Amino acid sequence: MPKRTDIQSVLVIGSGPIVIGQAAEFDYSGTQACRVLRAEGLRVILVNSNPATIMTDPEIADATYVEPITPEFVEKIIAKERPDALLPTLGGQTALNTAISLHENGVLEKYGVELIGAKPEAIHKGEDRDLFKGVVEAVNAKIGYGESARSVICHTMDDVLKGVEQLGGYPVVVRPSFTMGGAGSGFAHDEEELRRIAGQGLTLSPTTEVLLEESILGWKEYELELMRDKHDNVVVVCSIENFDPMGVHTGDSITVAPSMTLTDREYQILRDIGIAVIREVGVDTGGCNIQFAVNPEDGRVIVIEMNPRVSRSSALASKATGFPIAKIAAKLAVGYTLDEIPNDITRETPASFEPTLDYVVVKAPRFAFEKFPQADSTLTTTMKSVGEAMAIGRNFTEAFQKALRSLEKKGSQFTFVGEPGDKDALLREAVRPTDGRINTVMQAIRAGATPEEVFEYTKIDPWFVDQLFLIKETADELAEAPELTADLLAEAKRHGFSDQQIGEIRGLREDVVREVRHALGIRPVYKTVDTCAAEFAAQTPYFYSSYDEESEVAPREKPAVIILGSGPNRIGQGIEFDYSCVHASFALSDAGYETVMVNCNPETVSTDYDTSDRLYFEPLTLEDVLEIVHAESLAGPIAGVVVQLGGQTPLGLAQALKDNGVPIVGTSPEAIHAAEDRGAFGQVLAEAGLPAPKHGTATTFAGAKAIADEIGYPVLVRPSYVLGGRGMEIVYDETRLASYIAESTEISPSRPVLVDRFLDDAIEIDVDALYDGEELYLGGVMEHIEEAGIHSGDSACALPPITLGGFDIKRLRASTEAIARGVGVRGLINIQFAMAGDILYVLEANPRASRTVPFTSKATAVPLAKAAARISLGATIAELRAEGLLPATGDGGELPLDAPISVKEAVMPWSRFRDIQGRGVDTILGPEMRSTGEVMGIDSVFGTAYAKSQAGAYGPLPTKGRAFISVANRDKRSMIFPARELVAHGFELLATSGTAEVLKRNGINATVVRKQSEGTGPNGERTIVQLIHDGEVDLIVNTPYGTGGRLDGYDIRTAAVARSVPCLTTVQALAAAVQGIDALNHGDVGVRSLQEHAEHLTAARD
Amino acid sequence: MTTSTRGAAKVPAVLVLEDGRTFRGRAYGAVGETFGEAVFSTGMTGYQETLTDPSYDRQIVVATAPQIGNTGWNDEDDESSRIWVSGYVVRDPARVPSNWRAKRSLDDELVAQGVVGISGIDTRALTRHLRERGSMRAGIFSGEVIAPEAELLERVQAQPRMKGLSLYEEVATKEAYVVPAVGEKKFTVAAIDLGIKGMTPHRMAERGIEVHVLPATATPEDIYAVAPDGVFFSNGPGDPATADGPVALMTAVLERRTPLFGICFGNQILGRALGFGTYKLKYGHRGINQPVQDRTTGKVEVTAHNHGFAVDAPLDKVSDTKFGRAEVSHVCLNDNVVEGLQLLDQPAFSVQYHPEAAAGPHDAAYLFDRFVSLMEGQRA
Repeated sequence: MPKRTDIQSVLVIGSGPIVIGQAAEFDYSGTQACRVLRAEGLRVILVNSNPATIMTDPEIADATYVEPITPEFVEKIIAKERPDALLPTLGGQTALNTAISLHENGVLEKYGVELIGAKPEAIHKGEDRDLFKGVVEAVNAKIGYGESARSVICHTMDDVLKGVEQLGGYPVVVRPSFTMGGAGSGFAHDEEELRRIAGQGLTLSPTTEVLLEESILGWKEYELELMRDKHDNVVVVCSIENFDPMGVHTGDSITVAPSMTLTDREYQILRDIGIAVIREVGVDTGGCNIQFAVNPEDGRVIVIEMNPRVSRSSALASKATGFPIAKIAAKLAVGYTLDEIPNDITRETPASFEPTLDYVVVKAPRFAFEKFPQADSTLTTTMKSVGEAMAIGRNFTEAFQKALRSLEKKGSQFTFVGEPGDKDALLREAVRPTDGRINTVMQAIRAGATPEEVFEYTKIDPWFVDQLFLIKETADELAEAPELTADLLAEAKRHGFSDQQIGEIRGLREDVVREVRHALGIRPVYKTVDTCAAEFAAQTPYFYSSYDEESEVAPREKPAVIILGSGPNRIGQGIEFDYSCVHASFALSDAGYETVMVNCNPETVSTDYDTSDRLYFEPLTLEDVLEIVHAESLAGPIAGVVVQLGGQTPLGLAQALKDNGVPIVGTSPEAIHAAEDRGAFGQVLAEAGLPAPKHGTATTFAGAKAIADEIGYPVLVRPSYVLGGRGMEIVYDETRLASYIAESTEISPSRPVLVDRFLDDAIEIDVDALYDGEELYLGGVMEHIEEAGIHSGDSACALPPITLGGFDIKRLRASTEAIARGVGVRGLINIQFAMAGDILYVLEANPRASRTVPFTSKATAVPLAKAAARISLGATIAELRAEGLLPATGDGGELPLDAPISVKEAVMPWSRFRDIQGRGVDTILGPEMRSTGEVMGIDSVFGTAYAKSQAGAYGPLPTKGRAFISVANRDKRSMIFPARELVAHGFELLATSGTAEVLKRNGINATVVRKQSEGTGPNGERTIVQLIHDGEVDLIVNTPYGTGGRLDGYDIRTAAVARSVPCLTTVQALAAAVQGIDALNHGDVGVRSLQEHAEHLTAARD
Repeated sequence: MTTSTRGAAKVPAVLVLEDGRTFRGRAYGAVGETFGEAVFSTGMTGYQETLTDPSYDRQIVVATAPQIGNTGWNDEDDESSRIWVSGYVVRDPARVPSNWRAKRSLDDELVAQGVVGISGIDTRALTRHLRERGSMRAGIFSGEVIAPEAELLERVQAQPRMKGLSLYEEVATKEAYVVPAVGEKKFTVAAIDLGIKGMTPHRMAERGIEVHVLPATATPEDIYAVAPDGVFFSNGPGDPATADGPVALMTAVLERRTPLFGICFGNQILGRALGFGTYKLKYGHRGINQPVQDRTTGKVEVTAHNHGFAVDAPLDKVSDTKFGRAEVSHVCLNDNVVEGLQLLDQPAFSVQYHPEAAAGPHDAAYLFDRFVSLMEGQRA
């Protein structure tokens, strides 16, 4: 039964910005789906507001709409494109919720659009807790297995309080319905916690519904990934076992595939339940994910939940097995059956089978609590991790230790030196699941804990506990042996020890261990992920390393380019870098190279085995990369290794790789150093005659004070050698400078603090450019909406710049070229400038692909990363212009006047975090980056583009209603004009007394409301925080009064997050928002595909 | 063959293949020596069922799943009274079992039953070798029996080949026994034990069938003495080409048009009774993830397989046999191997794979219902 002939065009909805719980995995799945659908001859229409995705590349779909994923905008797209079908199961919860809205408001029916993949009834059955309970009951009646945790559905706080009694008391689990990544759920141990969590849950749930549930904390947790076709054929693609028992969100757990501690009987029960559930829910075609809890005492199985769509776990399962779930889901959605689809990897056998693994896969989460010091770091049923690393090994210990080192975070690997600490204290600490609990457990084992004790305190399965003991005993053997013998080294490598770990244990340098190991002939081999445990020959070179006997890397003829990816997503280094790596792979493949990708992030497009000619799913450490280079050098010629596209991770390896004789292409490690080292970079600037803000370095308060006194407050202070603005702060006075130095743990004589003049009220500008040694191609100039001092990753920006003139661009171009030449760039460079007064200061230069490359590429319709990859391997800009990869003339600095305006807005994870008292964390922007993702709004004028960016990031800007304004003194002047505009648009203004006074003096009426600190008034007048909680405020403008301590306004901003009220924390954002509101109030906002924008731009360029 | 590897950890062991390739590792289970046909099994769960499946008699089983023994050994999951594999090859054996049903470790059970194994070798390399060269004779040697490789190889090459080997009598019950129906008894079935797995009569019993398990040497008289509503031919080891006795027995049953169901070896017997040939597969089907299509419905089931031989019957047409028209009812989608036969003119069918699962998915359990319907149809 081949594909349906009644569908000619499909609308695919993406997942929007990267947020916690919904990340790059949906770019991976969406990209696969779009490609498959196009290959089937369908017209693919895509909507996704996230520019940093491969799926929004214009060649992936026929019509790509970078527009907000809201029912309003998607309806406009449907009206314009009139697709036959809508595929909502590949864009996470965002896509599913949007599709359900469009179904419920009749839009799909009105335009005759069929929902394919999952019907609304199935989506409801899978996602609505009450209906799903019915599903589980029906399944139990049929097969005799599977039950739901005892639970009560609640719609009010009264229901909630009664519910606890029905369940037999605390602790209980609270789960809001229809939220993404388990947002708002948690454990309540007493009434106070219950009121807080359930109260918030009722608010967060679009259906004002929460579920209270019996506690199954400490049970074993499993997931199955299933697929079903229209003939009701069902296969289980993968089983996943959580190392961390129930109580930790699966996204925050260390997870293992395949399941390790189930007998066949127990596994088949889960499989039977899974199949019965997918049938009962009625997922027509495609994938679904089902989570189970198993009581370790007696095997009682509870079905926790199901997602009737592709998920984070299905991306993991695809990478873990080689079975591309999203790709196959897309084929099933258009009518194929599983037996008609060939298995990509074997090419001979069909997809209607269940992958079997002859290796072990471990996924470890990566957190960013250091960015949110107020946030409670206890792991709960709400997902808090920002990324993950996956590793593959031939046994658990190998995969596990590789996964920990893939996290690329200080302290993530086990250490076996030094005093472990007190056993009992460590065990008590290990009770609380946190980032790095596993290291605490290992230290407890080192301190003498028994396996029974570890289980008692953590409930980690005894088999896993024994694996930790196995690792520890191997470390002991390493430590105690008189010499490093071949047997001992081989054994340690078999259990995943890195050269660095072995060196630490033996008191040797890492490179010495490596030399010894190589001299003894102990090197990894590379095995293939083949879906079938070698039963059939694999055609796809998807490799992982193992210390085993036989390698499967085949010889090749063409020169290979090895591209180093960016590792686990983290704040500051996300999907944007993967985007650039994938582009490099495509461009270099087109140019005739064999492309070899190295990465360890399972969410990404780069780790799709289809992306490059060869894929090594490996940690990005020096050791692992050197071994891959060695293996590939035995396979054929190597043209070079690309390090400048994957962010700081590969860049940090550049010098060491070069020192080990690895050919680095593009910008040389020495040039990278010239840009990163303050002294060397200062030299470059001095030679080019370019000013940088005054600065100095100090290791003591006295030193810092002397510098600050000389250059004047405010100053920007930060520790050296950090990423993403970590620990960076604007200091306004000496008192704070003293406390900053005192608090900072990262300052030492070898790690001085950097003190820069802070350019108050400067315009910050980002430039992405290509340089080939001769010619500069200015990729794009972005003007930040927020002033300098807010991390560029967290700042909104516009391209083309909206207030810079031709003279400014000329200066930027000249400065960029001087720096690119001075540093010695061959490829991409990103420079941050600040324009203060009339002086253009250089803040910093990064000789690599930046976070903004995808945005710039999309806004100007020029593939910068592809061009950079080509330049790295020797192509010139002139050649690339001639080839058509770059425009024949002109560049991103000279866009035509009627070019569309693109606005990038950052998306912040505030709503994910709470402090230990359960209060929200503050939402102010600062020099330390904290956003997880971004959206792009594109339109012909700035106001509309900005409004779209807000709609894509946080929900639409209000066009009328009540606006609350409370700003810091220094912002009061600039507030007046935008406030007046708001009134002109019909807004009622609310303000605290100080701000209201200023407004009134300027003839603007504002109602005075009570501050939180003033409490409820004598006649029950509510405070601003109460008003926000009661839903009576539509827009909030609240700029912080300083930077130290708990800030006034904290309650206002956290209330805004809890209620999802747009909250602007800078006056610049207010000014932009007013333009956006103005645009929204003036006529219809349209939609336009990137292809149309590009056509327009190309026409204008010619 | 009685020493444990425990306490004497890291006892060296070597696996020698008949073509001379060797793999060096550590002893696992009993220390000593063993011979058999090296075959690989790709199931990620169910080692207890696999090891106790009589169809693995005289085979050295290579587990492609690397972590083995994690759930230990329990008292419920055995498929027969003992471990039948002649040797076991694993990569990373568990040190500690973890499961609420586990009574002892796999290692202990292997030692107790004297099963020689090897661990710590590149099982994937071995699997690829067997895939490319085909299943072949092998020996595992550990501890003191390790001798120069040439000597060991000679001993491996002196072993009989699987092709032409008759083994079902070695594993089948010597005495008849009855598995009572669960609940109300509805049917009586005579099951010929050619190496039957415990789950098979259990699946029938669940459907109200009283199962009389008879020895492989049973006569038609023995069968009809139990007044069966249907007759079942089980799975079993060895080359079906040697199974003339069971073929004659089945022919007698077919002549009386008694409803008949066969699994695995039983499918090959039916094939031969219908006049088809059988042949040895290069490396067989052993796993629990095999896609089989029911050609009448087009539906695909994921099934448990354990067969090194297959029936040679035409896929593209209905064949005329001495029992009327016959067709291939099921086919493996991986390689188009015949996975099921059915007669169109009388109530008889068989499958090459394992609807009783254990280990494996339950997708094909409906075949037992189909057998029940045949018996019902015959009564009506």
